[in-house]
Amino acid sequence: MDDIFAGGFTDAPRQSADAFRAALEAMARPGTRHALQAQAPAPLSPAAAALILTLTDTGTPLHLAGAHDTDAVRRWIGFHTGAPICPAAEAQFAIGTWDALHPLDRFAMGDAEYPDRSATLIVEMAFGRPTHRLTGPGIDGHLDAHIPGDRPVAFPLGLDLFLTSGGEMSALPRTTRLEAL
Amino acid sequence: MDDYNFAYLDEDTKRMIRRALLKAVAIPGYQVPFSSREMPMPYGWGTGGVQVTAACLKPDDTLKVIDQGADDTTNAVSIRKFFQRTAEVAVTERTQDATIIQTRHRIPEAPLQPGQIMVFQVPIPEPLRFLEPRETETRRMHALEDYGLMQVKLYEDIARHGEIATAYAYPVKVEDRYVMDPSPIPKFDNPKMNDSPALMLFGAGREQRIYALPPHTKVESLDFEDFPFVAGKADHPCAICGSTESYLDEIITDDAGSRMFVCSDTSYCQERSVQ
Repeated sequence: MDDIFAGGFTDAPRQSADAFRAALEAMARPGTRHALQAQAPAPLSPAAAALILTLTDTGTPLHLAGAHDTDAVRRWIGFHTGAPICPAAEAQFAIGTWDALHPLDRFAMGDAEYPDRSATLIVEMAFGRPTHRLTGPGIDGHLDAHIPGDRPVAFPLGLDLFLTSGGEMSALPRTTRLEAL
Repeated sequence: MDDYNFAYLDEDTKRMIRRALLKAVAIPGYQVPFSSREMPMPYGWGTGGVQVTAACLKPDDTLKVIDQGADDTTNAVSIRKFFQRTAEVAVTERTQDATIIQTRHRIPEAPLQPGQIMVFQVPIPEPLRFLEPRETETRRMHALEDYGLMQVKLYEDIARHGEIATAYAYPVKVEDRYVMDPSPIPKFDNPKMNDSPALMLFGAGREQRIYALPPHTKVESLDFEDFPFVAGKADHPCAICGSTESYLDEIITDDAGSRMFVCSDTSYCQERSVQ
């Protein structure tokens, strides 16, 4: 899909409300999967496109990592959200594959007085078999899920992740403890 | 209904609040600053809660609004009507039927369920504010996890009154890290926050702060080994439904000192009375 004008929400208030609630549920219940749909130029997945439409605007610097930094993606994001594209260190949001996002210590983790000033990474991947056992806030006991790998955390500092796979999305806040299966 | 945007707020504002909510959920108990808007109601009437609810509502939600447990008092009725008009969502008084419950100073008696969202109206989000008025200092105290002052305050309660006299807005510690103000709910409700199946969101409009408790989060009321936390209530049955489990309001009925105790949760009380 190369038409940068297509693929946005047709009824933004209601569609973004539905998409945000999926994102909120995902962040509140780490590892659970939620459906999300919007159409954007490749390689942006439908779920990642919906997150970008729902959460970013002219006030949120966005980093495109690796193969996601294409002219079509830049123009699509520019038209639909106006989010400025920026280097990793300045990013409030970043999007790319797990490998392309590395090294993760390029991203803001917040500081002791403002741990919320940290980047949110949208990790494009393909969900498969569970790789890790998840415990922590939002999880009743434990949950097994497919996680791309560990990330730097020094609670309350850390990175919060959305994991997107086609039209599905889950989240991994900094509080979730991982144990490889 | 095209006179307002869905759920009143403009989309830029909702995105800003939504980003703050996601960080609040990711850092349980930490107060995320947000750019609070003027709402068509005065500060102190739940502008923080209303903004959080507006950012969360989706068209198929069922909303319940309570004020001190009651569905039928001015604050609850006006906020419920506000969202009926601006978001055209379904409303209910039954806790079990609601997907979002906006509350002023109570947690319902009926057990909350997975998937439900509680939205608390918060007047003063900073639990240390009455002990240290400077925001720069309280922010540093949270950063350094320096909560000795709060323990001293509870100790002084014991020294003066023989017990911890704080009866509402009783401070809690979240996941062994942040001390948090649970909003002015009675301490009777504090245990309901620990390991709750529901997501809890807190909005302070005037003070411009949002914070959150994800489901199944460890929430402990502060206390001492020799003076453990006690979730107290009036030692009476409800005069209407007879419940001995629920939190009670004391109602003065004449000038001669007569009084009665009734459930503060009107939905719970009504359902029990009908049975």
